[in-house]
Amino acid sequence: MPINYYIFTALALFSIGIIGVLTRRNAIIIFMCIELMLNAVNLLLVAFSKMQLEDMNRGILKIANNGTDAQLFVFFIMVVAAAEVTVGLAIIVMMYRNTHSVDVNFLNRLKN
Amino acid sequence: MNAIILSAILGVVLMFSGIFFPNKATVRNIANIGMLLLLVANLAEQNGHVFFHINTNDLLSFSKFGLLFNSIAIGSTLFYMLLSGRDIEKVGINVAEYFALIFFVLCGVAIVSCYNSLLMLFIGIEIISIPLYILTGSDKRNLKSNEASLKYFLMGTFSTGIMLMGITLIYGAKGSFRLDEIGYVINAGREVWFATGLLLLLISMAFKVSAAPFHFWTPDVYDGAPTVFTSFMATIVKAAAFIGFLRLFETIFPTSTYDWKLILAVIIAATLFIGNVSAVFQQSVKRMLAYSSIAQAGFMLFALFSRNDMSREGIILYTLGYSLATIGIFAVLIKLKDYTFDGFNGLARTQPVLAATATVFLLSLAGIPLTIGFFAKYFMLASAVKSGAHLWLVFFAVLCAVVSVYYYFRVIQSMYFKEGFAETEEVQPVFRWLLVLLAGAIVVLGIFPNLILQYMYF
Repeated sequence: MPINYYIFTALALFSIGIIGVLTRRNAIIIFMCIELMLNAVNLLLVAFSKMQLEDMNRGILKIANNGTDAQLFVFFIMVVAAAEVTVGLAIIVMMYRNTHSVDVNFLNRLKN
Repeated sequence: MNAIILSAILGVVLMFSGIFFPNKATVRNIANIGMLLLLVANLAEQNGHVFFHINTNDLLSFSKFGLLFNSIAIGSTLFYMLLSGRDIEKVGINVAEYFALIFFVLCGVAIVSCYNSLLMLFIGIEIISIPLYILTGSDKRNLKSNEASLKYFLMGTFSTGIMLMGITLIYGAKGSFRLDEIGYVINAGREVWFATGLLLLLISMAFKVSAAPFHFWTPDVYDGAPTVFTSFMATIVKAAAFIGFLRLFETIFPTSTYDWKLILAVIIAATLFIGNVSAVFQQSVKRMLAYSSIAQAGFMLFALFSRNDMSREGIILYTLGYSLATIGIFAVLIKLKDYTFDGFNGLARTQPVLAATATVFLLSLAGIPLTIGFFAKYFMLASAVKSGAHLWLVFFAVLCAVVSVYYYFRVIQSMYFKEGFAETEEVQPVFRWLLVLLAGAIVVLGIFPNLILQYMYF
């Protein structure tokens, strides 16, 4: 399958994530959209890793890592995303306990 | 390497010390001793004694510059903990965890100052950010703290997502994450990917250093977070993000064919303008300092703009001077009951030592001669003149520095020339002596900046 399909899928997912973050008002949904962005990046990294390997086999690219370090990067992103989930959900729960809402429109006390 | 490994170990040690030592003062002393150890270990590495010989496969590269910055960050944190350690105890019940998180942040700082791979940049930035989300929200019952924490978290992870997309596109174009390899791979067909990746990376790093137009989270988060942690966020963490940003601009940005100087010049001008003009209209000193930190970020961005020997010296001086002065002024601010400008009225009469040292810190932030802030600003502007491009920016920066004098001097005016009775919490004699020491350091380094700069070369 051509690499373009993967690139377009990943970019579409990433854009959906960005639009979601900018337009939705529910903290949990914003958080899900951020996760979507991270996973779009994961997909694209794996696709690029395969692409770089093919480039190397054809002799275009001359770097000796076989495109494997992008796949390693994906694991790091997953681990960091998991750490972010633990902290992020704890913050959202803390917010919910005090305001009984996860709507980010409530976040305006600091403005004045 | 010493700093990275030891700070992670010390962080874990402090987490356990919370279980074994119920006494808060013991935990604080362990933290102070740990920080001192960390500083000694890093100074040893600067002099060539590496304790841990680990093959990092060129993911990290330790330069004199990075190690010197580590020493500055750790030294500033030591000062910060000595000055504000007692106030950290007042934030909540989990004192050991707060100190542990500060050590973890320093681990991230040590990675960001020495990375050689975009993977390490990402990990370092995340190790810095995640503990900070927790520290921002550590005042759990306070709605403002909750709100600041949630806002910081959402903005921070969003910018991380953008950064990752940037890194991925750079990888797609060049086939490597290593800063030294990205430069010499040339793939003309994918130059657009590379430029887009760099742009996304620029945006996300601008988020992290709170440069306009990506600064809007800064005043809210700095205002809502417990004041002790605002002090830490605004100084050491921000400086570290700048060092990481500078490294990107020294290595991979010049290899692109596009003109990044113009974009950067616009960002600098916007940051200086928004930071200084908004700071003028604030009623709360804490919020004024948040905007002033945006304004100071504008000056630090000059190092990325000019990229020569002088700007490297300048950023070291600037991070040191800005960190010391801001830590000092925040330490004074924490002691006050009222954070508005009126809360400072008559401080010179009730607490003469606090008022006098606060004056030195504010003069340094404003960049008045005989303080380190003057040389820091001088080096930044001189390096921009030396690089020769966009000279209008230098004039604009000088104008903005003049504006900044207004709001810094407003605090001095309140302390010395207005009637009032500034209420403070109980002030320990040790605290006063430390403030005097800090003010002394700012003045001495303001007269002999070479005391620090020599370590960049020897």
